[in-house]
Amino acid sequence: MISLSDIPARPAAWITLPMVVLATVLLATPWLLPAVGLYQYLGIEIAIWIIFALGFNLLFGYTGLHSFGHGAYLGIGAYAFGLFQHNVAVSLWGGLLAAVLTAGVAGALVGAFLSHRRGIYYALLTIGFGQIFWFLAMKLHRVTGGEDGLLGIPRPPLTLGSWQVALTDNRALFYFAAALLLIVVVLGWRLANSPFGRVLQAIRQNETRARFVGYEVWRFKWAVFTLSAILAGLAGSLLAMAQQGAYPDVMSLHQSGLVVMMVLVGGGLVSFWGPVLGVVFYFVARDVLGGLTETWLLWYGLIFMAMVILRPEGLAGMLHGLSRRRPRLQPAPAPATEAA
Amino acid sequence: MALFEARNIHKRFGSRVVLENISLSFEAGQVSGIMGPNGAGKSTCFHVLTGQHKPDRGEVTFDGQRISGLPPQRIARMGVSRSFQLMNLFDDTVVIENVMLALPAFRARRLHAMAAVFSDRVLIDQALAVLDQVGLAGRAWDAAASLSYGDRRALEIAVALAAEPRILFLDEPTSGLGIEATRRLAQLVKRLRDRYTIVMIEHDMRFLFELADRISVIHWGQVIAEGPPAQLADNKWVRRSTLAEATHA
Repeated sequence: MISLSDIPARPAAWITLPMVVLATVLLATPWLLPAVGLYQYLGIEIAIWIIFALGFNLLFGYTGLHSFGHGAYLGIGAYAFGLFQHNVAVSLWGGLLAAVLTAGVAGALVGAFLSHRRGIYYALLTIGFGQIFWFLAMKLHRVTGGEDGLLGIPRPPLTLGSWQVALTDNRALFYFAAALLLIVVVLGWRLANSPFGRVLQAIRQNETRARFVGYEVWRFKWAVFTLSAILAGLAGSLLAMAQQGAYPDVMSLHQSGLVVMMVLVGGGLVSFWGPVLGVVFYFVARDVLGGLTETWLLWYGLIFMAMVILRPEGLAGMLHGLSRRRPRLQPAPAPATEAA
Repeated sequence: MALFEARNIHKRFGSRVVLENISLSFEAGQVSGIMGPNGAGKSTCFHVLTGQHKPDRGEVTFDGQRISGLPPQRIARMGVSRSFQLMNLFDDTVVIENVMLALPAFRARRLHAMAAVFSDRVLIDQALAVLDQVGLAGRAWDAAASLSYGDRRALEIAVALAAEPRILFLDEPTSGLGIEATRRLAQLVKRLRDRYTIVMIEHDMRFLFELADRISVIHWGQVIAEGPPAQLADNKWVRRSTLAEATHA
């Protein structure tokens, strides 16, 4: 069994080959999707969910903290974006900031309750808080629109100085989401291999030891939960723009479970890229399998079960295993030699 | 004044009294040993001294500062470092990262979210220097889980050393080691004794009597004897216990 720390980034490069590949694929997506019979909106969904899943995986894969109520922060971001547009100003940056801040504050408050817990108690509390937020979204009808959701959220134009681009077109919104995704990928990758990120991984591996080498473990757990909620809020704001509405459904236990499945299937436990693979796999399965049968979710569930039983490392682990089988032309340079 | 002192420590779990009025003191620059039969309370005593358990009564001081009741991370940052009887490593990563994480320089960078760890020459050099002390510099980039049992024991000590401790607690460092690995460990402790104050719990009496300047014997949750090894070898309490066999072997 390989692990996240088994595929570490040795060099200090800000941009890596997989990032270039991702950027190229994202650039070509608006042409690729129609070419294979799919639609533009799918690209937006995938970009949004990758941002959400990457943030979630900082918590789940990197720190080993099992949150099963994370959809709440996606929803909070969506509602905050919508409420800002309705009640404050029609502004892209203002809405994004409101979404990120609101989800971050909610995450920080919940994280403060969670961070001294571990294991099953941690997981159950995340579900509990997630359900509270979902319940509030359903019941605060005058604020959130209740079951009907918050409707009529506009897609404000992207304004950079005097330059302005309308995001009403799905292709434009996709590129905006893709640009944010690439920023999240670069910063996330950097963070995962920074001292902060390595302490998170140390906590996952051995919380007791992390404490005995001097780390205030609960503060790291709190910080990563908050960060993860912030990224969920960012994804939520894009979701509100994409759907032109915010709905309580994204805060449900079902949606929270979905991101867990995506990350596990993709291999988030063993690779930074796991969530990316998992999200793409889910949406492609939904649209391709969904085109063949109405029971596609059953088949996806079976794939998930098979993956957990046979390949718990997920798609990323499988790819890593395949790349290991190929003979190396020359040994990889060991950093120990560099340092010697 | 002793560098580290425990006074009148009591600890009970439910109705079971594990430590009863234990007082210990460890002088700077010495190797101190704690011995006693299984179930005597040695490990609980270590846990209390290093912050894993709070004492029910009594006081632990380090360099004149009260540390009893503080969480282990604060005690660790003050310069108290420990190894564990049951191996407690970061097993999903490479050997060098186990050590890097414990370095004060790494702790100082703990909130750096955009700096790349594995290209930080300062951290790498410091970690390699620590690994060199325990003979593991050549295995720095191997997976921690791939090390032999003896090397993992050495890595446990390296992680404790990396924190640049003022006092080093070693919990049964020879546990599970063969003769050759125990001999190498004894050499390591001899090398370290010039630089660190060391406290060891140990079952291997030959190992302990060879290395310790002073030994405390714990039985039934109490200190029943203490003194230099030569003096203890003739102590009636030590001789009456099965431990004495080893000391005279």
